Amino acid sequence: MALLRFGADAMPSAIESSEGYWASVWRRLRRDKVAMIAGAVVLALILMAVFAPYIVPADPFSGRMLRRLRPIGTEGYPLGSDELGRDMLSRLIYGARMSLLMGVTPVIIAFGLGSTLGIVAGYLGGWFNTIAMRTIDIFYAFPSVLLAVALSGALGAGLTNALVSLSVVFIPPIARVAESVTTQVRNRDYVEAARASGAPGFTIVRVHVLGNVLGPIFVYATSLISVSMILASGLSFLGLGVRPPEPEWGLMLNTLRTAIYTQPWVAALPGAMIFITSISFNLLSDGLRSAMDVKQ
Amino acid sequence: MSAAAPLDRGGPAQPLLTVRGLVKHFAVKGSLFGAKAMVRAVDGVDFEILKGETLGVVGESGCGKSTTARLLMHLIEPDAGTLIFDGETVGDGGLTMREFRRQVQMVFQDSYASLNPRLTVEASIAFGPQVHGVQARQAVDRAHGLLDRVGLDPSRFAGRYPHELSGGQRQRVNIARALALQPRLLILDEAVSALDKSVEAQVLNLLLDLKEEFGLTYLFISHDLNVVRFMSDRVAVMYLGKMAEIGPAGAVFDKAAHPYSAALTRSMPSMDPDHRTEEAPIAGDPPNPINPPTGCRFHTRCTFAESVCSTRVPALDPVGPEGGPSHLAACLMHEPGSGHSKAEAS
Repeated sequence: MALLRFGADAMPSAIESSEGYWASVWRRLRRDKVAMIAGAVVLALILMAVFAPYIVPADPFSGRMLRRLRPIGTEGYPLGSDELGRDMLSRLIYGARMSLLMGVTPVIIAFGLGSTLGIVAGYLGGWFNTIAMRTIDIFYAFPSVLLAVALSGALGAGLTNALVSLSVVFIPPIARVAESVTTQVRNRDYVEAARASGAPGFTIVRVHVLGNVLGPIFVYATSLISVSMILASGLSFLGLGVRPPEPEWGLMLNTLRTAIYTQPWVAALPGAMIFITSISFNLLSDGLRSAMDVKQ
Repeated sequence: MSAAAPLDRGGPAQPLLTVRGLVKHFAVKGSLFGAKAMVRAVDGVDFEILKGETLGVVGESGCGKSTTARLLMHLIEPDAGTLIFDGETVGDGGLTMREFRRQVQMVFQDSYASLNPRLTVEASIAFGPQVHGVQARQAVDRAHGLLDRVGLDPSRFAGRYPHELSGGQRQRVNIARALALQPRLLILDEAVSALDKSVEAQVLNLLLDLKEEFGLTYLFISHDLNVVRFMSDRVAVMYLGKMAEIGPAGAVFDKAAHPYSAALTRSMPSMDPDHRTEEAPIAGDPPNPINPPTGCRFHTRCTFAESVCSTRVPALDPVGPEGGPSHLAACLMHEPGSGHSKAEAS
C-alpha cells in the first residue's frame, strides 16, 4: 500500500498550493521578536560549543596557582580566573559543550521514548492506558532531583549513567503530556472519519494523529532542556556526572561556591550562563508554541 | 478496490441495510460503592433502509440519533444488535467490517473538526481510497474529480488547508471525502445543521444531485423537521433511545400515529399564516435516560397517557390500513387489546 506523502511537497505543480504548515509556523515565528532573539542566543551557544577549540583565548585546563581568582577584567583574564587559576572565559566556552550535551541529550531520548509510550497509551486507551499511565505515575511521584540522584547513584558515576538517569526522569512527564494530547485528538471527528474509512490503527496514528500531537509534545520537551541542565549540574556536584577538570557550568558553579565571598562576580558567571541558556530555550519554546497554534 | 461484490446483490426489494435490536448502554460513573448507572442511549432499535431511499431520522437532542449513526459505523461498539447489509450479515463471517465501511460512509456535523487541520483538502479526500489500495496518483485524481463534482474547483482548492475554507466549502470537502470510497449508503449526521440557511440549501441540493448521479441511499439525521421533510422518502422518529414511529414521510408528517410525532410535527415552524404554530405541544425536557420511564417512555409527557401506559411497553406495529403496512408506530392506542381506552378491543 503506497500511501501518498502527506505534505506540501506531495502536491502536483499544476495545483495552486497554499502555504505549507511549517512555512506558516516560520512566518509567525519570524514576527515574534522575543522568540527570534532567544533563537539567536541558542544558535550562538550551539556555535560556541561546536567551535570551542577555535575560539578559546587560552587553554581551559591549565591553570596557574599564583593567579587564582582574579577579578573580571584582569589583564589576560577577560572574565577572571577560577580557583585553580584557569581562564574563566575559555572554561565557560568549553563548558557549553558538556552543558548543552547534558541538557539536550536526555530530553531527546525521553522525547522519543516518552512520546511513543504516551501516544500508544492515549490512542489505545482502555487497560493498556491504565497500566502504562499508572506505572508512569509511580515514577512521577518522586521529586525529579531525588529520582535522578537515586538512579545515578544506583547505576554508578559517569557521564553515560548520568544521561541515562536523566532520560528516565524525563520520560514520565513527556509521556503524560503525550497521552493527554493524544486522548484529545483521538476523539476528534477526523480520526473518527479515518476509522470509518476502514484504515488500520497504525495508519491513522501515522497520518492523522502524529502531525497533530508532536508539536505540543515537542514544545513541552524543549522547556525541559533547562531543567535537565540544572539537574545535570546537581549530579556533577555530587560527583555522579561530569568529573573535574572537565569544564561544565554546573560543576564550575559548585567548585567556585567557596569563592563567593572573595570573587562573587566570577563565581556567578557559570550560573549566569545556565540562566541565559535556559531562559533562551524557554522563550524559544514559548514562541514555537504560539506559532504552531494553527487556528489563527 | 474490490469490485468483486455485485453492486445490487439482493435485488431492489432487498433492504440495503437492516438493523435489528441495536442496543448501546453507556456506563456513567456512579458513587464509589454504588452500582454503575447506565445511560440507555440506544435501547433496542430496529429499522430498515431501502435501496435508493432517503430515510430521515428526527428526535429531540439526546434521543439517540447520533449514537445510532455511530453504532452503524461501529465507531462505538454496540452492546447488541445485528446489521444486515444487502442481505449479508456484517461481521461474524459475513461481510468484513473493512468492506462494510467502504460501502457505508458518514458526514459529520462539525465540518471543521472532521477535517485534519494538518492535511490539504486533496490529501484528506485521497486518504480513504489509499487505505483501500488505490495508488496515490489515482487517489489524488479521484479527489480532484470529486472536488469538481461537489462544486469546488480543484485547481484552486485541492492544495488548501481546512482553516482556509468556509463552513459550506468544508462540508463539501467532507462530502467528497465520504464519496471517495464509492459507498452505497451515506449517513448524514446533522450534516447541514451548522450551516447558514442559504449555504444549507445549496448543500441539500448538491446532496440530491449526488444521490441521483451515484445511485446513493441516505440516512439523513437532523433535528430540523422542515429539512427532513424536504429530503426524506421515509421518516423515523426516535424518542429516548427507542423508535417511536417510522413510515412514509407524508404519512408521518400529516397523519402521525404516535402522539410524540404528532406533537413534533405540530411544532414545525410554518411559513403559511393559515397554519401557524399554535401552542407548544409538549412541555418540559425529556426524562433522564439513566432511569427512563417504565412502560411507554413517552407516557410522562403524553396527553393521552393512561395507567396502562406506565406498565406496558408498546411494540412497533403497523398502525392500520390508512397508514399502509410500511407505517409503524409504538403506541398502545394503536395496539388492539392493549387496554388503552382508545385502542380497539381485541
